[in-house]
Amino acid sequence: MTERVPFAPPPSGEEMPRAHQPSVETLLRVEHVVKHFPIKRGIIFKRQIGSVQAVEDVNLEVHRGETLGLVGETGCGKSTLARCITRLHPLTSGRVVFDGVDISRLSVRRMRPYRRRMQMIFQDPYGSLNPRRRVGSIIGDPLAIHGVAAGPERKRRVQELMETVGLNPEHYNRFPSEFSGGQRQRIGVARALALRPTLIVCDEPVSALDVSVQAQIINLLEDLQGEFGLTYVFIAHDLAVVEHVSDRVAVMYLGKVVELAATAELFSSPRHPYTAALLSASMVADPEKARASHRVVLYGDVPSPINPPTGCRFHTRCPKAQSICSAEEPPLEVKPGDPPGHLTACHFPVQRGETLVGATPEFHQAAAGFVAGAPGTGAEGGG
Amino acid sequence: MSLAPFETTTGRPEETSLEAVEAAQAIEGRSPFRLALARLRTDRMAMVALGMIVLMALLAILAPVVSALTGHNPYNPDLVNGTNSFGQPYGPGQAGFILGSDNVGRDVLVRIAYGARISLLVGILATLIATIGGTILGLVSGYFGGWIDAVLARLMDTVLSFPYVLLAIVLAAVFSASLPLTIGVIAFFSWAAIGRIVRGQTLSQKEKEYVEAARSIGAGSFRIMFVDILPNLIAPVIVLGTLLVPTAIVFEATLDYLGVGVGPPTPTWGNMLADAQGSAGFGAWWFWIFPSIALLITTLGFNLLGDSVRDALDPRTERIFAMRRKVMATAGGPGGSAPADSDPLSGEPAP
Repeated sequence: MTERVPFAPPPSGEEMPRAHQPSVETLLRVEHVVKHFPIKRGIIFKRQIGSVQAVEDVNLEVHRGETLGLVGETGCGKSTLARCITRLHPLTSGRVVFDGVDISRLSVRRMRPYRRRMQMIFQDPYGSLNPRRRVGSIIGDPLAIHGVAAGPERKRRVQELMETVGLNPEHYNRFPSEFSGGQRQRIGVARALALRPTLIVCDEPVSALDVSVQAQIINLLEDLQGEFGLTYVFIAHDLAVVEHVSDRVAVMYLGKVVELAATAELFSSPRHPYTAALLSASMVADPEKARASHRVVLYGDVPSPINPPTGCRFHTRCPKAQSICSAEEPPLEVKPGDPPGHLTACHFPVQRGETLVGATPEFHQAAAGFVAGAPGTGAEGGG
Repeated sequence: MSLAPFETTTGRPEETSLEAVEAAQAIEGRSPFRLALARLRTDRMAMVALGMIVLMALLAILAPVVSALTGHNPYNPDLVNGTNSFGQPYGPGQAGFILGSDNVGRDVLVRIAYGARISLLVGILATLIATIGGTILGLVSGYFGGWIDAVLARLMDTVLSFPYVLLAIVLAAVFSASLPLTIGVIAFFSWAAIGRIVRGQTLSQKEKEYVEAARSIGAGSFRIMFVDILPNLIAPVIVLGTLLVPTAIVFEATLDYLGVGVGPPTPTWGNMLADAQGSAGFGAWWFWIFPSIALLITTLGFNLLGDSVRDALDPRTERIFAMRRKVMATAGGPGGSAPADSDPLSGEPAP
């Protein structure tokens, strides 16, 4: 497991507090969250002609003090889910319970105290900082909005925050354009930290950065977690990053959670075929191991979330798909032989030691009666 | 997990670094506007335009001085001193009238100076009202969307397609023509142009991630509109506002000329032109040419300044400036016309 981590391995004997979680207390609960974006047509009389089903019936629990990783391909609904949690998108249905309170229907005014406790770090360090405002006022914004500190006190707090995240406090009066990508992301981290939140939703906080800078930001986030007792929902599509930071990992595919397990468990024995394919596609730093590893190649593209497949949403690309998969949606449940907390939504979970063979278009043609993938993808050669 | 500390920290002990902060307030970010101002200062055209505007502004401010120096009153007809023994007006330079006198014996220069006051007042005040109103309504329209946007956007379209001279004539007929009414009419017909631009900019800005970030920290709509979005669209507003001033000045002159603006006893350029129309027959060219020149200098000044401000505020024009500098450098460089050692485009050595 450790050889996949490109970051400096932790000194042995000294682990993050996550390793010995004393009590499992639920901080955030996501219950049956659904988010559809309507597709409208017409200039004056807009009528809905369909909807993008970005997030479909997602259930998650985030424990206090842990890091929950959220992985999946582009467009699988990770970021939408994050924005549903922080109420940047209104939910279509479902509930988001934060510290025992359902925040999914609160008014803007009643939501404000919860905004203090729940912050977000954004993916794009360029777009998420207002280019026309000075760094000091960007970081001080949360303090100003919530009336926490004003005047010289606010400035002092902001400069403390800048030191905490490793920025030079003397750069208080600079503009975001005068910083590098990594420094900008530190500004975003400082802004999220300003109100001492309990939960920080990190929406791909490092995917726009250089690898070396990624490591700095991740180390910073981990240090801050230890220092302030933060809980993270950490979204990424880089598996190595997720494995490094997360206590538990949820895998999403086309708006649904397909597998959820403790990090080591998920990475060592994935049960959902999609997870297995995803893991086999991640880079291994050791060429010997890379040559020996088995690559599961998926054919075709992710189906459109406007018109998702019936039953299991993965069945159009799944190497193990059978007729039941297109008819019946598998529940997210503990499979026989798995520890409690390892949930899989699959009719035919991957067995330990089983070698998955990438399903060719011909396979699907035979199995389901249609071609799932575009011709030419077979050139990649699937083991 | 204690991984190696990241490199970019200042690395100094806390007390000294906070102390240093107090001392080093000088590390000030260069704001986009300071950069624009620096660019504007190197623009020769902008400086010429500014000179023209300052000239007219000085004339307006010093109008009473001009009046006192010449001893001529801008309002009262003076047929005894202002016309010759045949009752005809003096030409430029005659009898102490530098720009001549009009057909009731008033000094054209003094009237132009007082007219500059009205023109600049109307131009700047109407533009200010229109810009502020247009910005607020455009922001509200673009930010909230929905039926608010539908109503406001249609309102802008209506105002922009309205025959403004007709409305001004009707208003002047209903109410008595006055300075506040003129300013109001001009502002009313000018805000929609600003509003439309601001609305469009707001529509694009509100989709940016920094707006989402502001919402996630609990900022309200008002704060997002005026603290977060507004600074990002202030550049086009400034440019458009600068270009709106000459339009407003010409608008005011037009209304005066038609007799529906500021009433006739007041010296304005439009009134002077209207007076000149009846007198053009007996060759008194100075009646109309000097007010026209004043109008031209003012509007040209603001238009050129507006163009320069646009160039200075738009960062993409930095490249144009750089190119211009490069062209000038190569043209005036050693060796004159021939390219030096290499062709800058291909990088190949010259034969």
